[in-house]
Amino acid sequence: MLKDITLGQFFPGNTVVHRLDPRTKILLVIIYIAALFVAKSWISYACVLVFLIFAITISKIKLKVMLKGMKPLIFIIVLTAALNLFYGSGEPLVEFWIFKITRDGITRAIFMSARIIMLVMGTFMLTYTTSPIMLTYGLELLLGPLKKLKVPVHELAMVMSMALRLIPTLIEETDKIMSAQKARGAQFDTGNLIEKAKAMLPILVPLFISSFRRADELATAMEARCYHGGEGRTRLNVLKFAVRDYGALSVGVAVLAGVAVLAGFGL
Amino acid sequence: MNEGILKTEKLTHVYSPGTPFEMVAVRDVDIEIRKGEVLGIIGHTGSGKSTLIQHLNALVKPSSGRVLLEGRDINESKESIKEARAKVGLVFQYPEYQLFEETVYKDIAFGPKNMKLPEDEIDRRVREAARFVGVEELLDRSPFDLSGGQKRRAAIAGVIAMMPEVLVLDEPMAGLDPQGREEIMGNILSYHEETGAAIVIVTHSMEEAARYTDRMIVLNHGSVAMEGTPEEVFSRGEELRRIGLATPVMTDVADKLRALGVEVPGTVYTVEQMVTALTALERGRRGA
Ligand SMILES: Nc1ncnc2c1ncn2[C@@H]1O[C@H](COP(=O)(O)OP(=O)(O)O)[C@@H](O)[C@H]1O
Ligand SMILES: [Mg+2]
Repeated sequence: MLKDITLGQFFPGNTVVHRLDPRTKILLVIIYIAALFVAKSWISYACVLVFLIFAITISKIKLKVMLKGMKPLIFIIVLTAALNLFYGSGEPLVEFWIFKITRDGITRAIFMSARIIMLVMGTFMLTYTTSPIMLTYGLELLLGPLKKLKVPVHELAMVMSMALRLIPTLIEETDKIMSAQKARGAQFDTGNLIEKAKAMLPILVPLFISSFRRADELATAMEARCYHGGEGRTRLNVLKFAVRDYGALSVGVAVLAGVAVLAGFGL
Repeated sequence: MNEGILKTEKLTHVYSPGTPFEMVAVRDVDIEIRKGEVLGIIGHTGSGKSTLIQHLNALVKPSSGRVLLEGRDINESKESIKEARAKVGLVFQYPEYQLFEETVYKDIAFGPKNMKLPEDEIDRRVREAARFVGVEELLDRSPFDLSGGQKRRAAIAGVIAMMPEVLVLDEPMAGLDPQGREEIMGNILSYHEETGAAIVIVTHSMEEAARYTDRMIVLNHGSVAMEGTPEEVFSRGEELRRIGLATPVMTDVADKLRALGVEVPGTVYTVEQMVTALTALERGRRGA
């Protein structure tokens, strides 16, 4: 079902990870990704992995949920692993037909798939523990300096937060309309490509109509409450860095520095 | 008593199992829908009414338990699902949002077309369904030009055109004005009377349930809390209030009058019954 999509979903909670400032979490993810790309050796991958496991553990996000989110990516991971496996250099360990597997290939395959898995899990940690509203607010603040370059940061953040806010609603609505048309005998999974495309019409038309209506209502509601863009707007809850934010950032920077130093030593 | 046509056995539905959002929406529900009856399914918001009825035509699969149509499990095969979709018509809440065709005619024809009926049969059914809900004059109009009540009726016609033996409606009167509510209910009852189809009406309005149903099933947190005729159910006012429902206003009035020592005779839950009861009382007094 459409509802099983967990990508970009938020799992509310009250752990330290959940309470971290969204700016901290965004910066941490950037640091984490950087570390992941600097990492070259077993030991540095292990450092980054420990950091990830630590974060997952204290956030109380179930491993099952994490793995479920990875499902759509299995194909890409397997493909990457396979490509790297067969394109290593050095002495072949096994050879058949045009394929040869080398020690270097195996290592690379493991590193590359580990990198993708860890990359995705790290970003999941951000969206799983941060509400969309907080996420966009954090982004808006981090991108704030770009306002000087006339980038409409506030407007972009507003559009993004509304879009994020509407995704679940749209999915729910699509599900409902699909059910309603199925109740009238519609079938979406049979026939050739053209028939399948045609079968989408009874879903798309109502969906578009209700989306436009929703957008219209939202715009009216915003104007009724005097929305006029970001100029002079203040926040009810202003974000402030707490001790835990500095702590988390220090740990992140330490991991990155450690990995960078290791890389400097060729590890 | 009429024989059952549709039945659930230990029906349970869990949303998002195994996630932090896990939610048991329906729990061990055994209900039976009998031929030719008007059944009300009542419950507070979130009590699982919508989830329950979506099992009745296999739109939603049970997490455990079964749904039997004339004794056969409807989730058994593709054919049985198809049969359930044709025999059990389901009108969703706010069905007007599912209209999509250029004309009302074409929209009503969508269901019969999916049933692969011959052209002339489709035409006959569209016209008949339109007659049931009183939209014959609107068949050539775009469904998007109609008023709210007209849209609702056109959408209901889209399900009636499949001529279901059980017509299930999820809060069919939600968001309509009193006149619109009367009209819709009149349309549904005329389909019931002319074809003998069983009707299942989901509502959280006691007034509506009292007026239109032969039998009621009260849901509370996904389980059946009560079952019986309106009279039986409304006699348990205290329990109803405890699960977030109310007795009809007229029942409350009768109870209050009795508490004041006025001997209101019989059971009272509609305005008509109240009038009858008070008239009887008045006659008795004059006679005495
Ligand atoms: N698609 C869904 N996914 C997850 N939970 C749902 C879904 N639909 C309903 N629920 C939950 O199941 C419970 C019962 O909902 P529903 O059957 O719609 O009740 P009702 O129609 O009586 O208001 C509610 O708590 C609701 O939040
Ligand atoms: Mg409902």
